[in-house]
Amino acid sequence: MPLRRKLADLLALLFAGAATLFGLTWLIWILWTTLSRGAAALSPALFTEMTPPPGSTGGLLNAFYGSAVMVLLALAIGTPVGIAAGTYLAEHGRHSRLAAAVSFINDILLSAPSIVIGLFVYELVVRPSGHFSGFAGALALAMILLPIVVRTTDESLRLVPNQMREAAFALGLPAWRVTSRIIYKAALSGIVTGILLGLARIAGETAPLLFTALNNQFWSASIAQPLANVPVVIFQYAMSPYDEWHALAWAGALVLTLFVLGLNLIVRFFARKGSQ
Amino acid sequence: MTSPSHAAPRSGAGADRLFGLVTAGAAWLVLILLGAAAASMAWGGRLAFETFGWSFVTSSDWDAVAGKFGALVPIYGTLVTSLLALIIAVPVSIGIALFLTDIAPRWLRGPVGMAIELLAAIPSIIYGMWGLFVFAPFMAAHVEPWLNDRLGPLPVVGALFTGPPIGIGLLTAGLVLGIMIIPFISAVARDVFNAVPTSLKEAAVALGSTRWEILSRVTLPYTRSAIIGAIFLGLGRALGETMAVTFVLGNAHDLTPSLLMPSNSIAAAIANEFAEADGELYRSSLIALAFLLFVVTFLVLTAARLMLMRLGRTHGRTN
Repeated sequence: MPLRRKLADLLALLFAGAATLFGLTWLIWILWTTLSRGAAALSPALFTEMTPPPGSTGGLLNAFYGSAVMVLLALAIGTPVGIAAGTYLAEHGRHSRLAAAVSFINDILLSAPSIVIGLFVYELVVRPSGHFSGFAGALALAMILLPIVVRTTDESLRLVPNQMREAAFALGLPAWRVTSRIIYKAALSGIVTGILLGLARIAGETAPLLFTALNNQFWSASIAQPLANVPVVIFQYAMSPYDEWHALAWAGALVLTLFVLGLNLIVRFFARKGSQ
Repeated sequence: MTSPSHAAPRSGAGADRLFGLVTAGAAWLVLILLGAAAASMAWGGRLAFETFGWSFVTSSDWDAVAGKFGALVPIYGTLVTSLLALIIAVPVSIGIALFLTDIAPRWLRGPVGMAIELLAAIPSIIYGMWGLFVFAPFMAAHVEPWLNDRLGPLPVVGALFTGPPIGIGLLTAGLVLGIMIIPFISAVARDVFNAVPTSLKEAAVALGSTRWEILSRVTLPYTRSAIIGAIFLGLGRALGETMAVTFVLGNAHDLTPSLLMPSNSIAAAIANEFAEADGELYRSSLIALAFLLFVVTFLVLTAARLMLMRLGRTHGRTN
């Protein structure tokens, strides 16, 4: 009897250890693949030349540019709205029914399929305007970013001690000044963390761009036109039968992974330091 | 608990009202966004629903040339790959959560926990590329021939494991999905395991329980609803995951019992075909599929949220 219990315990411990190893193995395998294949395809041309036609070499300059433009535009649209909504949840509407409903729906939007967001923007912008555009892509990314910013803003504001609000009100400040001058300042690092994690998330999003920004083989600086972007270029090149395109896709994948994981690591490092 | 808005002083009342309106408007926008997305999918898909009725979900006849669209294959593929993902991810995630809360030495918990969370940060297109160029060939060379030989001849379950070992198919897609949802389930599981009152665990230890007995008789029963919530959260993610599945599922519209054969999923069908879909009916059929996906994930994620709230702690990480 004691032996059977000991054995069961040992098996459970072994299983937990094996499960953790199992999880870490995939991380290492995927990162190693991306690093080794991506590094083999890296070259200065990656950052100086345009996406090539099939069978020839080139770079991803236009894709990097398009991605940067759309991500920044998405940040410009999604961040203020997200902070405002998060402020409502944590401050002005804290105990209201609207806040409860929004908080609930926001959590669902966090995990909603991003391809549906892409189709939604297609119906909303692309179809009425008659063509794919970088603006539509940015709008789709902003919709993915929004619930992330709402959630982290809400959480960071709630961490600000109530005494701080009470002290500010006691000085006679109006509510909006209390929030904008004092509470935001106290919660700043948390809000910024959320925005940066959101940035890392939307930088790699592919599905919402497929039918909004589409892709563009040529240099285009206009957000009213289809705009090249790293994720969609990776997708198209990886699915193609050409070796040159595969190499470029791996190089793009490496840059994207380094950016996203680097941002995650930096943000988590500082968030941990700040909380200690 | 003073609510700021109640304490608003006389001066600046107009600015206060404006600030309140702007923030409330932004909050409304979140609700409107979800409603508008659902409505727009329903509206865009109405032509397909009107044309095909129930046969849209019961027919497997997907023929763009003939203008016939029955979505049984993508629906089946979505459900099978998500189920496979859960079969892999649920036990592994609970094992990881147990390791991170009870077994690992303290100095190891932070780094290992962060590494597992990084699995969620890797963009899904990277999973897709790795799946297509590395993992699918690995499955074709090492795993699937073995399944063919060992499980193929068996009665009943054998049908699941027959077919050419090409690496691209339901099994590979399910495995990749499983890896992708491990961080989501294990993060919530770890948080709720940590939320079990220490006194309960100490009482179990005082009675002479082993760690396995504490997990199976104290921790899991105490956190059951939250763990189910975490599983639903993972399921919601798996159902809607697009890029990784698109790479390794093979975009085939044949209904097959074998897990080794290429198939399709709702998200993959949309990703593969929407940009080239010509004709109103074709496009409408794909949007109708998106509507179904949206409704199902909404229900699954709602269930997840309700389950997580039952523990009284909504602090499980969700992104």
